[in-house]
Amino acid sequence: MNTALQPGVVIEPERYEFREPPAYDFGLQRRDFFKLLGGGVAVFLIARNAPALPQESGRGFRGEELPRDISAWLHIGESGAVTVYTGKVEMGQNIRTSLSQAVAEELRVPIGSVGLVMGDTDLTPFDMGTFGSRTTPTMNLELRRVASVARDTLLQMAAKNWSVDEARLTAANGKIRDRDTGREIEYAKLARGQAFAKAVVESDPLTPASQWKVAGQPIPKVDGRDFVTGKHRYTPDLAPAGFLHGKVLRPPSFGAELVSVDVSAAKALPDVTVVHDADFVGVAAPSVEAAERAAAAIQARWKEVPQPSSRELFEYLKANAEESEGGREGSPRVVGSPDRALAADQRLDATYTIAYIAHAPLEPRAAVAEWNGGKVTVHTGTQRPFGVREELMQAFHLSQDQVRVLVPDTGAAYGGKHSGEVALEAARLARAAGAPVKRVWTREEEFTWAYFRPAGVIEIKSAVASDGTITAWEFHNYNSGGSGIGTPYAVPNQRIQFHPCKSPLRQGSYRALAATANHFARESHMDDLAHLVNMDPLEFRCKNLTDERLKAVFQAAAEKFGWGRTKPEPGHGFGIGGGIEKGGYIATCAEVAVDRSTGAVHVVRVVSAFDCGAVVNPDGLRNQLIGANIMGLGGALFEAIEFANGKILNPHFAQYRVPRFMDVPSLDVVLIDRKDQPSAGAGESPIMGLAPAVGNAIFNATGKRLRSLPMAPKGIKA
Amino acid sequence: MSAVLKLRINNTEHSVAVEPDATLLSVLRDRLDLTGTKYGCGEGQCGACTVLIDGKARRSCLTPASSVGSAHVLTIEGLEKNGRLHPLQEAFLDEGAFQCAYCTSGMIMAGVAFLKDHPNPTEAEIARGMNGNVCRCGTHPRIVAAVRKAARELKESQA
Repeated sequence: MNTALQPGVVIEPERYEFREPPAYDFGLQRRDFFKLLGGGVAVFLIARNAPALPQESGRGFRGEELPRDISAWLHIGESGAVTVYTGKVEMGQNIRTSLSQAVAEELRVPIGSVGLVMGDTDLTPFDMGTFGSRTTPTMNLELRRVASVARDTLLQMAAKNWSVDEARLTAANGKIRDRDTGREIEYAKLARGQAFAKAVVESDPLTPASQWKVAGQPIPKVDGRDFVTGKHRYTPDLAPAGFLHGKVLRPPSFGAELVSVDVSAAKALPDVTVVHDADFVGVAAPSVEAAERAAAAIQARWKEVPQPSSRELFEYLKANAEESEGGREGSPRVVGSPDRALAADQRLDATYTIAYIAHAPLEPRAAVAEWNGGKVTVHTGTQRPFGVREELMQAFHLSQDQVRVLVPDTGAAYGGKHSGEVALEAARLARAAGAPVKRVWTREEEFTWAYFRPAGVIEIKSAVASDGTITAWEFHNYNSGGSGIGTPYAVPNQRIQFHPCKSPLRQGSYRALAATANHFARESHMDDLAHLVNMDPLEFRCKNLTDERLKAVFQAAAEKFGWGRTKPEPGHGFGIGGGIEKGGYIATCAEVAVDRSTGAVHVVRVVSAFDCGAVVNPDGLRNQLIGANIMGLGGALFEAIEFANGKILNPHFAQYRVPRFMDVPSLDVVLIDRKDQPSAGAGESPIMGLAPAVGNAIFNATGKRLRSLPMAPKGIKA
Repeated sequence: MSAVLKLRINNTEHSVAVEPDATLLSVLRDRLDLTGTKYGCGEGQCGACTVLIDGKARRSCLTPASSVGSAHVLTIEGLEKNGRLHPLQEAFLDEGAFQCAYCTSGMIMAGVAFLKDHPNPTEAEIARGMNGNVCRCGTHPRIVAAVRKAARELKESQA
C-alpha cells in the first residue's frame, strides 16, 4: 500500500462545517446572572484528552478554549437515579439511548435508571457540537470512562464502609455485593450526602466490547413512548406563559439591501411589537396569524443585485475557483509521478457535477427566547448549543453567564443546524416585547435562508493497465469539499486537490459533507475503469484494494445481494459502490429498474454492508443505515436547489422532491460487528455508497453513464 | 376580530376565541396546547399536521378552524384510551419506527385513517396510502412494517 495517502484520511481541512459571523449585532445589555445548577449527590469530572478536530471546528470560541478538564458529568441521586450531563444533542441519531447504554454498561445499573441532560449550556460541560460522527468515538468513550470511575469509587466507598478488601466486592444492577458474605448495598445509599470530584485517567480499563451486556444490545429508544403519544416537546412546541409569535422581514433576494422601510402600519395593529434595528426588521404578536398580518403590513424598498443562476452554476464555480497553488487548503497532494503515469496506460477522463441540495429537516429551525433580569434563555434546535450561545453573546454584547441555550431533542438536522440566526431573531424580538417570543421558520424560509450542501465540479483523470491495475489517479474537486477526497485504492501515482470557489449560495455542513460527492465521482469512475479493462466491477475494486476492512464490506454486501450469482432482468441493472470515511467502511449494492418508454428510474433493491467497529446498538445502527440510504436516494436521483438572481425557485416540498414511501426500495443491511475495533460513528458515512451504486446500476441497465447529481430528476432521457 | 368557536376535540368540547383566518393547526397548538400535531410545511405537502376529522385524515394546516363545525377532531393526544396505546402506537414502538420522530404524530394519524379503509393492506398499498407523509430520516420501511403489524393486531382484537 502506498503510504503517502492513507485511505480514509481527510487530506484537506473540511471548510464546510458551517461557520459565519452572527447575522445581527445588537447593542449592549448586561446584567447579573444566577447560576442554575443545583447541587448533586455525586459528580464526577473527566479529563478531556481528545484533541479538537481542526477540520470540524465551528466558529472560534472567544475566550473559551476547549476546556481541558471537564467533558461530562455523572451524578448519582439519592433515589439511585443516574444523571449524566453531556453537551451533545439528540436529533434522531439515537444517542440518548446509545450513550445511556454506555453508562449503564460501565456503571452496572439498569438502563432505565440512567437519564441524560443534554445540550444545556448552563448545566452541561462545554462541547464543540454534535457533528462529524464524533459522539460514538469520543463522547461514548468518555461517558464509559466517567461511569467506570464512578463504579470504582463506589466500590472503594463500600470497601471502606465495610472495612473489607475491595477485591472481594463486585458491582452489578446498581448494587455492590461482598462475594464472601453476600452482603449488598445500593449505590443510592452509598452516595447519600456525598460529593465526589475525580479526574479520569486515560488508562482506565474499560469493559471490552466482547463482554458487553447492555452496550451492544438492540435497546429500543429510551423515551420512545413520548414520541408516539405526541408528548415530547420539540422547540416549536414550547409555550411559556404569555409568549408571542415572531416574524421577520425577509429580503426579496439574497444580498438585497434595505433602502427604506415603513413600519407604521404594522405598529398601528393591536398587540403588535415591531422592531427595526439596523437591517433587522421583525414583529411579535399573540398569534401566528396576527404576526403574519403585521409582517405583511411592513412596507420596504430593497435594492437588488444581479446574481448567478443554477443554469450556469458549474461554469461559474470553475471560473471562480480561488487561487489555490501553495495555499493550505488548496495545495495538491502528489504521490509518485502522475503526469508520466497518465501518459503510459489506457486513459480515462471524466467530469462530474453536484447540485446544491437542502437538508429540509421536518422540524424547521425554531427558537423560543425569554429575557429575565438581563439574562436571555433560548431553547432552540441546534447542533451547536455552545456555538449559538457564543452568537448570542456577540450579537447582544453579553457575557457567557448572561446567555443560556437549551436544546430539546430535535426534529433532525443532518448537518443543517449549526448556526443560530433563529435564536438571535427570537431573542431580539423578545427583548423588545418584554415577553417570551417563539420563532418558527416557515418551510419556505427553511428552504431559502438556511444553507445548502455545496455544489461542485469534480474532474478525474486516470490510467489503468490492461491487467486492471490502476496506475494513475488525478482528482480535482471544485467547491464541493475535501471530505473523502483521497482514494482508498492503492494507486502509485496520484494528484489530489480541492479547489475552493466563490459560492453563489450560502453553503455549509451536510450529512457526510463532501464525501458523498467525492465517492459518487470516484466510484462511478471506478465502474467505467472496470468496463474499460473488461473486469467485473467488484473484482476490479478488490484487485486495487489493500484495505482488508473495505474489501470485507464489499464482499459482504455483494454476497448478500447475490452479486455475480444472478443476472438483472431486462430493463434492470446492478451496481456497487463504497468507501471509507470517519472510521466507517461502507459498501452498497443497488438494483434499479428503468422504464424504457418513460425513462423513469426506480431503485428496486439496496443492500449495504457496514463496519464501524464494535456495534453499540445494532437496532439503532440498522435504522441509521437504512435512513442514510433513503436520504441518499434524494440527492442521487432528484433533489436539487434551483435558483436564479438570488431567489430560490423551488422552496416548497411540492417543488423540491424528497424521497417518499413509493420511492423506497427493498433495503437490507449487513452489520459487521468488529468487537476488536473501537466504535466509530455511523450517522454519516453510510450515505456515501448509495449514489454511485445507483448510478452504476443505471449504467448496467441502460449503457448510459450519468455523471451529475441528481442523476434523474425527470427520469432518463433516451 | 376573533369569534368564539365550539370545537369537539378528542371527545372534549372546547370553546375557543379564534381569529377568522386561524387554521385548525394553530388552534390546536397555540390555543389548546395540543402540540403533538406538528407544523412541517403549512402547505399540505408533508403530513406532519395530520389529524382525523370524523375519522378521515386531514391536513390541519390547510383546514380553517371555522370550517370544522360540529365534526369530531381526533389528534395524537386522543389516541391513547384508558392508559392503553392504540395498536399502531404500540407497533411504532415495537418496530422502532422513528428516528427524530418529528413526523411520527402525523404518520400515526395517517396510518390510523388508512387502516380503517385498508384492514388487510399489502406493503405497496401502505406505500401508496402513506405517500403524502414525509419522513426525512428515512424510517419508511419500519413505518410500513408498523402499519402491517397494527393491521394484524386490529384484526386479531376484532376476531
